[in-house]
Amino acid sequence: MPILTYLDAIRQGIWEEMERDPAVFLLGEDIGVYGGAFKVTAGMLEKFGAERVIDTPISESAIVGAAVGAALMGMRPVAEMQFMDFIACGFDQIANMAAKMRYRWGPAVPLVIRGPAGAGVHGGPFHSQSNEMWFVHTPGLKVTAPATAYDAKGLIKASIRDDNPVIFFEHKFLYRRIKEEVPADDYIVPLGKARVAREGDDIAVITYGAMVWTALEAAETLVKEGISLEVVDLRTLLPYDEDTVLTSARKCSKVILLHEDTRTGGMAGELAALIAEKAFEDLDGPVVRITSPDTPVPFSPPLEEFFLPNAKRLADAARKLAAY
Amino acid sequence: MPTNVIMPQMGESVAEGTVTKWMKKIGERVERDEPLFEISTDKVDAEIPSPAEGVLSKILVKENETVAVNTVVAVINGSGEASIPSPVKEQPSPAPVPAAKTAPSPAAPEPRPEPSAPAPSPAADEKVRSSPLVRRIAREQHVNISEVHGTGLSGRVSKKDILAFIEQRDVEPKRLSAAPPPAAGMPARAETPPARQAAAPARAPEIAFKGPAETVPMTPIRRQIAEHMALSKRTSAHVTTVFEVEMTRVVETRERFSTEFLARNGFKLTFTPFLVRAAVEAIKEFPIFNSSIDGSNIIYKRDVNLGVAVALETGLIVPVIKRADEKNFLGVARAVNDLAERARSKRLSVDEVKDGTFTLTNPGVFGSLFGTPIINQPQVAILGVGVIEKRPVIRNDAIAIRPMVYLMLSFDHRLIDGSVADQFVARVKAVLENWDEPVV
Repeated sequence: MPILTYLDAIRQGIWEEMERDPAVFLLGEDIGVYGGAFKVTAGMLEKFGAERVIDTPISESAIVGAAVGAALMGMRPVAEMQFMDFIACGFDQIANMAAKMRYRWGPAVPLVIRGPAGAGVHGGPFHSQSNEMWFVHTPGLKVTAPATAYDAKGLIKASIRDDNPVIFFEHKFLYRRIKEEVPADDYIVPLGKARVAREGDDIAVITYGAMVWTALEAAETLVKEGISLEVVDLRTLLPYDEDTVLTSARKCSKVILLHEDTRTGGMAGELAALIAEKAFEDLDGPVVRITSPDTPVPFSPPLEEFFLPNAKRLADAARKLAAY
Repeated sequence: MPTNVIMPQMGESVAEGTVTKWMKKIGERVERDEPLFEISTDKVDAEIPSPAEGVLSKILVKENETVAVNTVVAVINGSGEASIPSPVKEQPSPAPVPAAKTAPSPAAPEPRPEPSAPAPSPAADEKVRSSPLVRRIAREQHVNISEVHGTGLSGRVSKKDILAFIEQRDVEPKRLSAAPPPAAGMPARAETPPARQAAAPARAPEIAFKGPAETVPMTPIRRQIAEHMALSKRTSAHVTTVFEVEMTRVVETRERFSTEFLARNGFKLTFTPFLVRAAVEAIKEFPIFNSSIDGSNIIYKRDVNLGVAVALETGLIVPVIKRADEKNFLGVARAVNDLAERARSKRLSVDEVKDGTFTLTNPGVFGSLFGTPIINQPQVAILGVGVIEKRPVIRNDAIAIRPMVYLMLSFDHRLIDGSVADQFVARVKAVLENWDEPVV
């Protein structure tokens, strides 16, 4: 099986879908000749031509608007945000148009908006956000955030084939750091299904994106101390996989919710509410959130390091919770 | 009026019984309390008396057939006399009472320590820190959370704790379910007296108080004391003998040396070591007081492990001075002080309340003249000490004022006769009245 980076896996997934379905096309800033800011679309222009790999003006509103229109006309656009931070410029088109059309008058809106999010690369406040919750709180969308190369390929393919608008959060810290075997075949990872990344008994750590790796690192440390973490990778945030979350919560009876996104109104709060509602009588300790604080992502490297949750912070919290 | 005859519950843990023999045939007349059939259960074989008089009209369970407790095994038709008044029907008519008693666990194949204990209410567990999960498990598994040792933060009972508790409970169900009569020293037969009586404790009359009241669950220590006391009363043939003892020499000795004793040893000289020493001397002379009953044997214990009852706010605890017979006065005094202090601060280990062979109790500290203490099973006697106070007594035909005390000995008349008991206390009295052991 070929070894691919997380980035190459996304690229391969898009490539395969472009080959499979002529309705799939790409649009975004500098995605053609330049191959995209992170080179996700490198070589696509040469392979699929300028009609299917469209360089746009620097206007996210225009990109999203064009994509929504094309989707309504039966195309399957994959729009790139150079950084997910800038998706806000197209927000009205996503939240008020794309997300609601199906409910207002029935059409499919098979649209993917993808791009790099997340911190850890000293990108500063405009290039590091984890802004997935803007969309998780918007019914009508699907939101996904893969952690592994395998899932990145499987999920981008599933997203392109889905008839709903999907916001696809790639983690830029993982782009070239994650390398793993990825099947060259045509496979998908279904949207809405979480994955148990590591089995454990004592504490369920439920997370997604780059923090999956943080959780696995902490689990490796803690297992030597006799504390067994189960790591759940949500993969899809909307609709999220209630069953897997509750199964792990019930199994371990103690839960840590971990994400890179800021604290208030984050995915952790949503999952904590779910667990409190549906697994209250399975809990043997308080539900704990580990998140970044409620501030923009700092530019200063030491501050950014402080801002981001890490394996040590998670391990400390897990030790405390295990002893509770 | 037909009366149903049911398979009785021969002990709390017994779930079923086998009819081994019918002593009456269908159509035969039977008197109330006349043996009707024989059964065999996990615990006991017994003759079951008829709950009513009349004619045995139906036998529903054949010989050698095993059925669950409370199953109707036969029907007796009333003989027609109008003179069988309510007591007959009321009293033995077994159907309704046991049914109510065993309601919580109808089939109850797995014995539980408290089969009829209601699920602990949240209020009952409030003082014990736990979690929603632990409370749910407790409810489902009929666990009183206050019995579970918590290892979590601030003694919180965690999932692991309660699961370990249940595992242990299920591993030793026999031991626990046999709890009512575990008296180490009890003869096996006494455990299962004639059927009617054996069944009786399991079917204590329902004494339901109807009126405004607050229900508070017993603490584990209180529950243990309750069980232990009732068990002892059921087990031993208690007799109490009382002696009056002059404490002049003891009081003088204590007063004379109290300052020096405190200075040397760092703790106060109390009366207790005097009493312990006197009891030990008497035990050495009458070793039967350091024994227990095992079936038809008497077990004489080599060491004198003397328990000293300490009253705590939460209940009574009896730390044990191990090998008290090998200790001199100071050794005893030190042990008494140490154990009492640690009993009050709840730092006693399990070993330190185990294996007592004789017990000393001192209700006198609260002003009691004397009482009739209950034997600490499986021991065979307990020595109580009343208040030491000055009383007018006759000395040389004159009224004198002397510090006096009543000593009372409760002993198990199954093993010890009154004359021996009295000689024993007389020996204690002699030691105290003629105190000559140096205390410093």
